Amino acid sequence: MSEPKPFPLNAWYAAAWSHEIKHELAARTICDRDIVLYRRADGQAVALEDACWHRLLPLSLGRLKGDEVVCGYHGLVFNAAGRCTYMPAQKTINPSAAVHAYPVIERHRLVWIWPGDPALADPTKMPDLHWNDGTDWVGEGGTFYKLKCDYRLVVDNLMDLTHETYVHVGSIGDEAITGSPFEVSHTDRTATVTRWMINIDPPPFWAAQLAKPGKADRWQIIYFQAPSVIVGDVGVAPTGTGAPQGDRSQGVNGAFLAAITPETERTCHYFWNFVRTFKTDDAQLTREINRAHVSNGQGVYDQDVTVLEAQQKAIDRNPRQPFYNLNIDAGALWARRMIDRLLAAEHGQSARPPGVAAE
Amino acid sequence: MAEALDWRNARLRATRDLSPDIRLFEIEPAGKFVAPTPGSHFNVLVHINGRPDVRNYSAVGPCTDGVYRIAVKRLAGSRGGSAYMWSLEPGAQLTISTPGNHFELSRGCSDYLLLAGGIGITPIFTMTLALIDTGADFRLLYAVRRRQDLALADELRERVGRRLELFVSQEGRRVDIAAEIARLRPDGEFYVCGPIGMLEDAKRAWQQSGRPVDQLRFETFGNSGRFASEPFKVKIPRLGLEIDVPLTQTMLEALESAGVDMIYDCRRGECGLCALPILQTDGIVDHRDVFFSDEEKAANSKLCTCVSRVIGGSISVDTADR
Repeated sequence: MSEPKPFPLNAWYAAAWSHEIKHELAARTICDRDIVLYRRADGQAVALEDACWHRLLPLSLGRLKGDEVVCGYHGLVFNAAGRCTYMPAQKTINPSAAVHAYPVIERHRLVWIWPGDPALADPTKMPDLHWNDGTDWVGEGGTFYKLKCDYRLVVDNLMDLTHETYVHVGSIGDEAITGSPFEVSHTDRTATVTRWMINIDPPPFWAAQLAKPGKADRWQIIYFQAPSVIVGDVGVAPTGTGAPQGDRSQGVNGAFLAAITPETERTCHYFWNFVRTFKTDDAQLTREINRAHVSNGQGVYDQDVTVLEAQQKAIDRNPRQPFYNLNIDAGALWARRMIDRLLAAEHGQSARPPGVAAE
Repeated sequence: MAEALDWRNARLRATRDLSPDIRLFEIEPAGKFVAPTPGSHFNVLVHINGRPDVRNYSAVGPCTDGVYRIAVKRLAGSRGGSAYMWSLEPGAQLTISTPGNHFELSRGCSDYLLLAGGIGITPIFTMTLALIDTGADFRLLYAVRRRQDLALADELRERVGRRLELFVSQEGRRVDIAAEIARLRPDGEFYVCGPIGMLEDAKRAWQQSGRPVDQLRFETFGNSGRFASEPFKVKIPRLGLEIDVPLTQTMLEALESAGVDMIYDCRRGECGLCALPILQTDGIVDHRDVFFSDEEKAANSKLCTCVSRVIGGSISVDTADR
């Protein structure tokens, strides 16, 4: 048997933005499974195994006929439940003929699928990403499809924002981040890193949004939900207006959102958004914030992608070299501990030695 | 989803007779344990007259505790697989595959009708237990010839109460399949495992009900026909051959043993690849496949050699040899 993959299968993973799934076939690979997605006439999203039962041609190369998929090779037809409803040149249908139908939930403007055992596909295990609903919080994000790194490297990246100081100089990076203490807490399935930077000069992006002179208190409260959803509650408020005590009314508040979906062991799809509760009617600002994150290699997330892909290459070239961990990695290590627990529950306790951060 | 099966060494932990003719086998596989899903089967390596062969048996119960459970009916006209299984004592070494599933139970349906005939109760039993856990509505119909043939019925009664209905044909109770289908909600699904006759009745009734074809799910066992199996003779004029098909072999196996070049895939009457044209027969062709339609079976122009047999006479067939 091969080594267990580094991602739990019994979990909900974002597979697409809702607006991307139409009444047409769309292929995605999620957790090493090839999947074809489409939307039925009644609006329900469908996710089927993307390989015909007969000769394994990807069904995504076929076409939709009503709510059923017609294989582009010999015309076998599969319905939204994955069951064959037509076979060429015979009067009956082989009762075994079916492709796997993945459980699907559409929520928070994303289509989520459950790659594991459908019997365990519990809707209450959906990560909470309500910040992305487009109601109280406003923002338009995007996806880095086929990002060339292990999904856990993105988790590491977001669970420790000291990297902003070095990767995102001139926008959100600031020496104050590395100089401020942080706290880490966790539950069975979540980990939270809280950092307050008191009485600092806000970095350029935040200074512009706050548009008030003087010193500010800056917060970064990063909330991880296993296996790979992260919400970062971030913002600044003028020092002395009570933000650390809970009154953020004088400040500006945003949240970075990440649903990171393993594609293969070494690639992932990174669904991101940055949403805010200030100037929510300002469509121009929405576009600017989007471009500040991703813009022809110049956005802050483009900077992260450069680092993450280079890091994966280095890991591949130094396969036996372990990671060393610093104090700043506490949040990332708690996140990985949660992932390892999910993996252990799926594969038995011996599946992964505890405490190993990467391999 | 099709899955690759791995073979495992295994040990027979215990057996228990569920009825005079049905025995439960508890098998401990070595290596990484792969739990079956409802409707799964295992391949088991059996020895028949000293030769290895493979038989499929459905998983009985959830089997999530590291033990595979199967039930095997002892058949007088068996091809030898059941006789081999019944000869095993606890502690015996076995070779068993990881589970495969050709009969998957859907999730999230609001209503299910389950129909089991005889030993067909094995996957239906497992599905029933799974449905209890989901809270879905279901009804379970279990038909046997004689009361003593009931296996797992007490356990089922205890778990599902009145949702189980028993039909003992010797006592004059038969399932009215059409009426049962009519009681099922429009989006409901019908799962059937039983002998070919029951299956054909179910397929016919389902078709007449006008319900979506994919909401009837079924699995059969290739050794059940309208008639008891008997040996028969196959003539192949093109090759100048006369081949005896003994009780312990399928026609396909007998032809292969005689050196006839055959193609096949499923070997359980589903794919139709092993079908040969019938030239003539003075017996009755007992069509035991689910590949041909009723009309095609009535026309009697071809038969699936992997499961179908001839009763009360011999048969002449053609092959693809040129």
